[in-house]
Amino acid sequence: MAKKLHDTPNLDQLEDGPWPSFVTGLKELAKDKDYVVDLLGQLEESYKTRKGYWKGGTVGVYGYGGGVIPRFTELKNEDGTPKFKDAAEFHTLRVMPPPGMHYDTATLRQFCDIWDKHGSGLIAFHGQSGDIMFQGATTDNVQKAFDEFNEMGFDLGGAGPAVRTSMSCVGAARCEQSCYDEARAHRAVLNTFLDDIHRPSLPYKFKFKFSGCPNDCMNSVQRADMAIIGTWRDNIRTDEALAKKWFAKHGMDELVNDVVARCPTKTFQLKEIGKVKAGEHISSVAVSDTHAVEINNQDCVRCMHCINVMTGALAAGTDKGATVLVGGKSHLKIGGLMGTVVIPFIKLDTDEGVEQLVDFAQRTIEFFAENALEHERTGEMIERIGLANFLDAMEIDVDPAMVNSPRMNPYVRTDGWDDEVAKINAKKNAA
Amino acid sequence: MNQAVQAAAPAQKRKPKETGVPDNKKYLHPLLAKNYGNWKYHDRPRPGVLHHVSHTGDEVWSVRAGTQRQMDVYTIRKLCDIADNFAEGRVRFTIRSNIEFIVSEEAKVAPLIAELESSGFPVGGTGNSVTMIAHTQGWLHCDIPGTDASGVVKALMDELYDEFRREEMPNRVHLSTSCCEINCGGQADIAIIVQHTKPPKINHDLVANVCERPAVVARCPVAAIRPAMVNGKPSLEIDEAKCMCCGACYPPCPPMQINDPEYSKLAIWVGGKNSNARGKPTFMKMVASGLPNNAPRWPEVAEVVKNIISVYKADARPWERMADWIDRIGWPRFFEKTGLPFTKYLIDDWRGSRANLNASTHIRF
Ligand code: HEM
Ligand code: SF4
Ligand code: SF4
Ligand code: SF4
Ligand code: SF4
Repeated sequence: MAKKLHDTPNLDQLEDGPWPSFVTGLKELAKDKDYVVDLLGQLEESYKTRKGYWKGGTVGVYGYGGGVIPRFTELKNEDGTPKFKDAAEFHTLRVMPPPGMHYDTATLRQFCDIWDKHGSGLIAFHGQSGDIMFQGATTDNVQKAFDEFNEMGFDLGGAGPAVRTSMSCVGAARCEQSCYDEARAHRAVLNTFLDDIHRPSLPYKFKFKFSGCPNDCMNSVQRADMAIIGTWRDNIRTDEALAKKWFAKHGMDELVNDVVARCPTKTFQLKEIGKVKAGEHISSVAVSDTHAVEINNQDCVRCMHCINVMTGALAAGTDKGATVLVGGKSHLKIGGLMGTVVIPFIKLDTDEGVEQLVDFAQRTIEFFAENALEHERTGEMIERIGLANFLDAMEIDVDPAMVNSPRMNPYVRTDGWDDEVAKINAKKNAA
Repeated sequence: MNQAVQAAAPAQKRKPKETGVPDNKKYLHPLLAKNYGNWKYHDRPRPGVLHHVSHTGDEVWSVRAGTQRQMDVYTIRKLCDIADNFAEGRVRFTIRSNIEFIVSEEAKVAPLIAELESSGFPVGGTGNSVTMIAHTQGWLHCDIPGTDASGVVKALMDELYDEFRREEMPNRVHLSTSCCEINCGGQADIAIIVQHTKPPKINHDLVANVCERPAVVARCPVAAIRPAMVNGKPSLEIDEAKCMCCGACYPPCPPMQINDPEYSKLAIWVGGKNSNARGKPTFMKMVASGLPNNAPRWPEVAEVVKNIISVYKADARPWERMADWIDRIGWPRFFEKTGLPFTKYLIDDWRGSRANLNASTHIRF
C-alpha cells in the first residue's frame, strides 16, 4: 500500500471517455508506489499552472555517455525541498526495439517485472524515434534496471548529438509490398555505429529509418537524416485471377476514378483487350473479358498507388532494392526539410549490397562529423555546402533523378564544364 | 547504504554488453518467420483486422487495437494475458502505438476482438480510419513542454473513438501532436502544435550560470539574441521586434522562459503526408492558431480538429488524403468549407516562401 493520492481534479477528467486512459493506469501504479503518487501530484500541478516542471541533468549507466534522459523536479517548496519528494528524480531509459517491433509475451512480461521492481512501472511502446521508453527511475535504480534489460539482450538507444535509435517497418515479415529485408539492413547499419549511439560526439543527432516501400510507413523522408526506402526497377507484376476478382467487386467507376485518374504520371491506362500493347516495359492484365489494364513501366514513378488499391492483382517487380535519401529533418533551425535522393537505387539482397549501404552510411557520418557546424543536421549542412559538393565527397556520380528540375538561374561558374563532360564520357566509354 | 558497500561499488560496476539492435527472428510469429519476404497480398475483412496471404498459401490474421501508449505494467500484462489466452503469444506495435495480435486461424479473430473490446481496448486503426495520434512527452516527461501530450491525445481520441473503429474516411487520417515547436510528433494529415505568441521572459540572474551564451545566440533562427550586461551581470537580450517566438533558445537556456499559461497557444496544421502514393510527400501547412491551451481536455482544439475531419469526410473523394483533397478543391474552398479564418499570419514569409505564393491565374471561384 502506498501513501494517499493527492487530489487530482484535472487529471481525473482524463479518466472519462472510451479511449484507454493513461491516468487510470498511473493510478493503478500509485496503489503500490509512492513514486507514482507524487508523479501524479506533479502532473496535476502542470495541468493547473500549464507549466512543465522537469529539468535535465547528467545521469547515465556505466560505460555509456547517452541513452538515459535525466529528469529532476523543479517544483520546489520555498525552502528548496521538492514539493513531491518521492518523484524528485524521474529518469527515462531509451531502449532499442527489435526491427518491426515484434515481441513475445514472455519478453514483455519480463520488461514489466524489471520495471515494476526498479522503476515507476510506466512504459511507452514506443517513442517517436522508436525507443521503448522506460519512464521513471531514480538515479540509483537506472543502472540496476539497465543491467537487467541488457542481460535480456536489449541495449540502450541514442540521445543527444549521437546516432539515434532507428525504426524499420513490419515489411518482409508481413507485408507484400516489402522490397528489401528491412530488419537485416536496420541491424547491419545501426550495429555498425554502436560507439556513435552510446557515446554522443557528433555535431548533432543523426537518424536512420528503414521503410520497405515508397509508402514509407516509417515516415522516413521527413524525419531521417538517412532514409532507406524500398523500390524496384523492373516491371510491375500482375495476377489475372486477383485482378478479375478486384474488378468484379469494385467495377469500372472505381477502376477509372480511383486508379486510372490517380496515377501521377498517367502511365496507368485502361484499354479494350484487343488494343493492349506488348513490349519490354509493358505490364498488362485483364480485369474482365473485355478490358485490361496497361502500364508503361518506364513512365511509372513507383508511387505505389495502384498497387495499394489493387493489392495482389498488382505487385512490385522482382528487381528490388532501395532508394537512399539524405537530409530529412523537422523545423529547427532553418525549417523542415525532406530528405533528397542521393542513391537512386541500391540492391540490398546480398551481403555485398548491404555492405555497400553500411559503407555509404559510414562515409556520410564521417563527413558529417568533420564538416557540420555544431547543432547542424545533415539537411542544413547540405543546404549550406550544396548537394554537388556532398556528392563529390561521397564519390557519387550526379544523376538527374536527384533533382526536381535542373537549375533555374544562371548564377553559377561553369568553367569546368568541358572537364565534367569529358569525365562523364570517359566513364561511359569505360563501362 | 553503509560506507563499506559504497566504497566497494565502483569495482563491481558491470560493463555493458554492446549488443545493439536485437535480432527480431525469435520474436516473430512462426508463420511470419516462415513466410518472411514471401507475402502475396492482404485484405481487410473488417475494420481492425488485416488478413495476409502468402505465396505458399499460408494465411495470418492481425487484429489491431488502440492503447494509451503510456502504459502501466498492469495494462501491458493484461495485453499479454489476452495474447496468451486468445491469440498466439506474439504481438507487435505499430508506429502509432497500436498493438497487433497475430493469429493463424480465422476462428480466433472474433473471440479475440470481443475480449479486447470488453477489456477496454478499441479494435480498429486500419485502412481508412482515423488512427491513433502520434505524440510526444509533454508535461509528463519533457523538460521544455508548452503543453501535455498524452492528455491531449486521450481527450481527442475519446472524441474520435468511433472513427478509429470504422473505416469510413476517404483515405487514412494520421494525426500528431507536439508540445513545442520542435515538433517531435512529426508530419501528419492534421497536427496540433504549440505556437508561442510572446518572446521568452528572461531571468537575468540565472543566465550567466546556466547558459553557454554564444551557443544560445547561435541557436536563434532570426538572430534576435545578443549578449548583454544586465544589472551588472552577463546575460542575454532579445530584439523583440525580430523574435518570432519559436522557443529554440529555451532548451539550451532554461532561464529564457518561453512557456506561458496564457500566451502559449495551439496551432492546427493540415496536409502532411509521408507516403509517395500519388503525389510526392508533402509538408503540412498551418491553418489555424491562437487556440487556448485549455487543459485538461482542450475542447477548442477538439472542435477545430473534428470540424476539419468531418468536412474532409463529407467532401473528399475515395483515396484522397487530406493533401490530395485540398489540392483538388484549393485553399480558398478549404477555408470556406471549414469556416476557418484565413489571416495574414498564414502567408509564408520564411525562406523559400515565394514558392508558396500563387504565381498564376489559377483561382477557383
Ligand atoms: C530539449 C530537449 C528534447 C527533449 C526532451 C526531446 C524529447 C523527445 C522524445 C522523448 C522523443 C521521442 C524519442 C524516442 O522515441 O525515444 C523525441 C523525438 C523527436 N525529437 Fe525531440 N526532444 C528534445 C529536443 C529536440 C530537438 C532540439 C529537436 C529538433 C531539432 C527534436 C526533434 C525531435 C524529432 C523530430 C523527434 C521525432 C523523431 C522521429 O520521428 O524519429 N527534439 N524528442
Ligand atoms: S513501408 Fe511499405 S513494405 Fe513497409 S510496411 Fe509500409 S507498405 Fe509495407
Ligand atoms: S505505381 Fe506507377 S503505375 Fe501505379 S499509380 Fe503509381 S506511377 Fe502509376
Ligand atoms: S515536442 Fe517539444 S516539448 Fe514535446 S516532447 Fe518534443 S521536445 Fe519536448
Ligand atoms: S524565441 Fe526563437 S526567435 Fe525568439 S529569441 Fe528565442 S530563438 Fe530567437
